[in-house]
Amino acid sequence: MIDGLIMIVLILIKLGVIFAVIMTMAAYLVLAERKILARMQLRHGPNRVGPFGMMQPLADVIKLLTKEDFLPDRADKWLFLLAPGMAAVTAILTFAVVPFGPPLQVFGHELPLVVIDLNVGVLYFLGLSSLAVYGVALGGWASNSKYSLLGGIRGLAQLISYELSMGLALVPVVMLARSFSLTDIVLAQQAAPFILVNPLAFLIFLVSVVAESKRTPFDMPEAENELVGGFHTEYSGMRFGLFFVGEYINLVILSSMVTVFFLGGWLGPLLPGVIWFGVKVLALCFFFIWVRGSLPRLRYDQLMHFGWKILLPLALLNVLLTGAVLLWSRT
Amino acid sequence: MSLWRDIKGTLQPFWVTLCNMMRRPVTVQYPEQKQQMAQRYRGRLMLTRDPEGHERCVACHLCSAACPVDCISMQAAEGDDGRRHAAWFRINFTRCIFCGLCTEACPTLAIQVTGEFELAGRDPLKLVWEKDDLLVDHGGHTPDYNFYRQSGVGVAAPRGGLPTETAPVDPKDLMP
Amino acid sequence: MATVLFYLLGLVTVIATLLAITRRNPVHAVIYLVNSFFALALLFYLLGAPLVAAWEVIIYAGAIMVLFLFIIMMLELAPTPEADRMGPTWWQWLPVLLLALALVGCTLMLIGVDAGVAQGVPRWYATPRDFGFALFGKYALAVEVVSFQLLFAAVGAFYVGKPERKRRQKKEEGA
Repeated sequence: MIDGLIMIVLILIKLGVIFAVIMTMAAYLVLAERKILARMQLRHGPNRVGPFGMMQPLADVIKLLTKEDFLPDRADKWLFLLAPGMAAVTAILTFAVVPFGPPLQVFGHELPLVVIDLNVGVLYFLGLSSLAVYGVALGGWASNSKYSLLGGIRGLAQLISYELSMGLALVPVVMLARSFSLTDIVLAQQAAPFILVNPLAFLIFLVSVVAESKRTPFDMPEAENELVGGFHTEYSGMRFGLFFVGEYINLVILSSMVTVFFLGGWLGPLLPGVIWFGVKVLALCFFFIWVRGSLPRLRYDQLMHFGWKILLPLALLNVLLTGAVLLWSRT
Repeated sequence: MSLWRDIKGTLQPFWVTLCNMMRRPVTVQYPEQKQQMAQRYRGRLMLTRDPEGHERCVACHLCSAACPVDCISMQAAEGDDGRRHAAWFRINFTRCIFCGLCTEACPTLAIQVTGEFELAGRDPLKLVWEKDDLLVDHGGHTPDYNFYRQSGVGVAAPRGGLPTETAPVDPKDLMP
Repeated sequence: MATVLFYLLGLVTVIATLLAITRRNPVHAVIYLVNSFFALALLFYLLGAPLVAAWEVIIYAGAIMVLFLFIIMMLELAPTPEADRMGPTWWQWLPVLLLALALVGCTLMLIGVDAGVAQGVPRWYATPRDFGFALFGKYALAVEVVSFQLLFAAVGAFYVGKPERKRRQKKEEGA
């Protein structure tokens, strides 16, 4: 009885810590992004609120919470109110399958450092990331504004295109690890991380992930200078904040996915596993910010052309090659 | 070769941004550090005086006519010696756009721009400046210029007496 | 427990599907249909087929319905809210909220129920490996036939999707 109680308490603490860490990371990623982008453009970035602007996320949250929650005329009310929640919740839920460390020994109990180790973890991730589109699309449609509608349509088309190559880039990983479970995939990289084994899959996955996160080279759904704000044009206050936080949670999640699939998860010499995981995720987050600072936005037709005519055939070819090599090495 | 160009065009920006990250930001941290404004920066307006310490303004209304936002207003008056001046002179700095057209219109170089630009405040009425606020006791950009030495009421030198002028010709005199 | 869950999910699926086919607004219909797919996926999970559950969400809810939504939005099939100036009232959206709540409750309950090993459902659990062997071993021929059909469809789509001018040019060159 006591054992069960301790276990439940441990699980609850784990969930709380994970949630807090993700939310804090998302909040400070906003600050980090603004700072790093500013330095790339020879500016200082936010440095007024607190030392080095460290309290900026808090100020932003207070500002967003106290703003008017605006509902456009003739908008589809309930859908409009629900869409930001869909965007944020699908992002948070994805972290349930991410293993961020080796099992921990606490009070004689083995506590796996993953919320739930699904045996279809890869598919769970793909499913939720494809559901994340609904927030964007329905929010864009429900706003009853032409910019939002265009943003939503673009979001739908883009995400469905890059979803395919993302899924296909993961097939070689699953073939190499011989499992859909993320923990098994990490453990299969003990000899060498999959980035070295299959660099092409890594590149395809990375590009698709940037497209999936709707960030700069692929930020067609938002496209500030064409569509005002894209799908979130009509949103204000904390509803916009939910979209915004969802985007950055998504960034953390996708970075941890790249880490798990290709960079060997928590595996690494000397340092404890959780720290290795954090370092890798933060490095990838920096990479995403770096991409945003470096590359201009693609045109819509270039985006579609790149996704369907270059990335998808490459991913298919990669699956074929990996399968052939695996078969050949087996016999 | 276009593939090579594309790859280079994709990778080069990363190097550029990384180099920029290592450089020092060029931002001037405004309230703590003040920027040195350019010599000919057009900021707040002022009313200057001639070298003798008199007001240059003759209340000709040309500046208020030239002003695109109609922020200058004044009332003309005449002194005992026939010299014109402004009874009151008012610039509404909540409307002024710092275009400097008034200074170009001014025939006596009375109204001139300063390099000052920090005019923000909470009370708009405090930004309506009267003549006392605008008057300075120097000549601004043209310290030596004195309009009344050239023309107007109370010209000091007789006709042809200025160093740049020649004496008037006497038509009744036959001497060359 | 599992039996109750099974019938609850079945009820949610049926209600959501009924609502989907009776809606006037296609976007609302799509949302009800997605809801029903969710319930269906949970049913599959309950019956011990997590892989099928995942496919249900990825392919039906995540891809096909997204395409539906794309077409609806692009062709502006949904009546703009100008038709009824007040916009939908809250009770029109009560069903979807109830269904979503039911699904969330079921998901929470599923964590407690050991999937597939409860009473009233077959004690059989299809791991992804079993599924793969069944698909590419026992039913390999059927899979191949379907994949060929998809290939034909893809080729046909490419041909139809080609601009008219280019197609004619090619025909003339051939003649």
